[in-house]
Amino acid sequence: MKTMKRLSAASWLTLAALAGMSAGAGLAAADEPKRGGTLVMSVQNTPRHLNPAVQSGIATGEPGTQLFASPLRYDDGWNPQPYLARSWAVSDDGLSVTLNLVKGATFHDGAPITSADVAFSVETVKANHPFKSMFAPVQTVETPDAHTAVLKLTQPHPALMLAMSSQLLPIIPKHIYGDGQDPKTHPRNAENVVGSGPFKLVEFKRDQHIILERYDDFFIEGRPYLDRIVMRIIKDGSARAIALDNGSAHVSGFELSPRDLLRLKKNPDLNVSGQGYAAIGSIVWLAFNTKDGMTADKRVRQAIAYAVDRKFLLRAIMLGTAQAAKTGIHPGSPFYDAGVNGYDLDLERANAILDAAGYARDADGIRFPLTVDFGWETVKPYAEYLKPQLKKIGIDVTVRASADFPSWAKRISNHDFDMTMDNVFNWGDPVIGVHRTYAADNIKKGVIWSNTQQYANPRVDELMQLAGSTYDLGARKKHYAEFQRILAEDLPIYWLYAAPYHTVANAKVANPPNSIWGTCSPLDRVYLKD
Amino acid sequence: MNFTRALAKRIGFGLLLLFAVLILNFTLISLAPGDIADTIAGVMGGADAQVLEEIRARYGLDQPFYVQLWRYLSAVAALDLGYSYYFDTPVTTLILEKLPATLLLVFSAQITAIVTGTLLGVLAAKKPGGAVSLTVTFLSLFGFAAPVFWTGILLIILFVSVFPVFPVGGMFDVTVEGGWLVRSLDVLRHLCLPMLTLASVFLALYSRHARASMLEVLGADYIRTARAKGVPERRVLYRHALKNALGPVVTVAGLQFSAVISGAVVVETVFSWPGLGTLALQSILARDTPTILGILFFSSLVVIAFNILTDIALRALDPRIKSG
Repeated sequence: MKTMKRLSAASWLTLAALAGMSAGAGLAAADEPKRGGTLVMSVQNTPRHLNPAVQSGIATGEPGTQLFASPLRYDDGWNPQPYLARSWAVSDDGLSVTLNLVKGATFHDGAPITSADVAFSVETVKANHPFKSMFAPVQTVETPDAHTAVLKLTQPHPALMLAMSSQLLPIIPKHIYGDGQDPKTHPRNAENVVGSGPFKLVEFKRDQHIILERYDDFFIEGRPYLDRIVMRIIKDGSARAIALDNGSAHVSGFELSPRDLLRLKKNPDLNVSGQGYAAIGSIVWLAFNTKDGMTADKRVRQAIAYAVDRKFLLRAIMLGTAQAAKTGIHPGSPFYDAGVNGYDLDLERANAILDAAGYARDADGIRFPLTVDFGWETVKPYAEYLKPQLKKIGIDVTVRASADFPSWAKRISNHDFDMTMDNVFNWGDPVIGVHRTYAADNIKKGVIWSNTQQYANPRVDELMQLAGSTYDLGARKKHYAEFQRILAEDLPIYWLYAAPYHTVANAKVANPPNSIWGTCSPLDRVYLKD
Repeated sequence: MNFTRALAKRIGFGLLLLFAVLILNFTLISLAPGDIADTIAGVMGGADAQVLEEIRARYGLDQPFYVQLWRYLSAVAALDLGYSYYFDTPVTTLILEKLPATLLLVFSAQITAIVTGTLLGVLAAKKPGGAVSLTVTFLSLFGFAAPVFWTGILLIILFVSVFPVFPVGGMFDVTVEGGWLVRSLDVLRHLCLPMLTLASVFLALYSRHARASMLEVLGADYIRTARAKGVPERRVLYRHALKNALGPVVTVAGLQFSAVISGAVVVETVFSWPGLGTLALQSILARDTPTILGILFFSSLVVIAFNILTDIALRALDPRIKSG
């Protein structure tokens, strides 16, 4: 038995090497993609509607990226790939970006996809999408001919490439959404959707399913491979895990329950992969109020960071499924700087910092009280962990629960907190999802996920401006490295870990999505093996 | 007082109650911090101040409380339950879309529970200290005490994972194609587990009530008379005793039937059953006021209707009952 196992392992290695060589030699892959079949995918939430141009979020993104194509798509290494734009070019001054569209591409109703639709889509997203920074520098979109769109910018805008991919810039038909109705509440957002992507809508039933069907005239010849995708909406995590386990669902994205992941990994019929999702960039962290109360003192924040045992939390709560995040940029991003101070557990140092700062302990050993908030169940254990842990450095923590998300959001966005657990997404480029948390001009009362820490540092603002207005990757990396170092010192937030999003796919599923956008990317290459 | 007048009075009270329910709940929801704009910002991963203001203006949330309340009540008086903030769809459409699934689940669970519960109660009452009685008591207490979500997940693990007989959840399999009969069987297959889960709770209630009521009736003089006359025991049990023992069971059933939403929320969530419970939970979490109020309005209607129906049923069972 043992030798056989070893043999087969060896032969696998040889095979893998051979496959690698043949791929390197540019030969066709061993497996010929199989056409046809229905992929059953489980999704976690009912989307409000299916039009990502006016609705952000994963629930709309998973079906939305099947229904609508974007100018670009990304591989698993942050490299832009042609999609609806067969090529693109940035002018020397960086102020105009030209997209050359695929010829012969059509919407699901047969109408041609032209540069006018691209211009219309950019304008719609710019006016209605919650992430204003994506297209804020876009002044106009010129359309010299039907297959050329030129985006004119007020300043160089490196985030534009990512903002033109996945669900962020769906190309929507002008002849449908340009009828004068408010695109945010357009009736065609949820029914009779006419898209530009590999799959067209058959049926959307709230809380039940979204059925998609192959669009036969999709602009990439021969794709998609699947005939149908049935997205089943299963909110309960254990029910989803069982559906994957017994094969009644083929694939599920954004899975992050450590217990379910570990269990599913034991099933030999399933591939559980943590690859992808870096662009979604979900980070769980402990935010401080840097303006009011005790946490306004940087030393207090640093002492708390030294007192929290990130490694223990990753081991005990995340069961080793998640990756540490030492900064506000996702560890999978090319801009992540792993060299910053991560504040590894050091209780002595934490106590010393507080002693030196003059926060003496009273008779009960307490220096001062603090509150910690949480807005949803999954981050509750971290908030509760802080109570006994920070007691060790003389901080008396009260855990404040909120009845629901809006109550928590109201409290935090009105800056009525000391510390809170939070989870914020990068959404591709730091310009889109990172800057908002630290920019001094984004301290906006009443707006959740603005700079609710009320953090302000002119140098940080300057670095964000520099990094956000050059296409030079080297320069951007340099600016963001300094940005992360200053933040790690000022510590408006103690970053904990990157949400361990996983794609769970049945072994039958070939090419499960592993790009930086995870399952919020077109599934045109996915097929079902026999 | 004759029956029609009593009925009219009850309906009148019912309508008053309906408006009281709406005003109370509207006020309570408005008192909670935060609103739908925060929720929408939450699902979207953040939004700027202008977007939030736009959302509030669109749904009239920037108006003072009494204006909002007045607008809502006058709309309801005109039989318009308004628009769901979250789904941008009329609330009536949403509720009617979900109602059949919930009715199917609740009715089938209730009927299963009433029939089996009553029969178990009768069996247990035959020999109050016997093995059957003890088993029934144990099982019903167990069903009553176990949390519904736990029973549900346990059943899923047992009958979906270990012995894959039933599907994981949902109401039907979209990949199943075929005629009317095939589809109905598919729905039935999906219905079994959630129905059993929901029935397990009520089963306990009915069997306890049936048992207690039967024990009381079996001690009555006319039962002794029947036995003395030589009426066969089966006939004594099911004809003479049961009919008279049904009163409390029907009263409880009337109350339970009206708990359409509350009973089904958890079961529907665990089994992804696309009913009103799922909608209720989602709209509460999303602070989708018109939808929450619409569902409450609707469940109040059901409560009132079932109370009246229970009265009629009791009257049919026991002619001595006078309406009052």
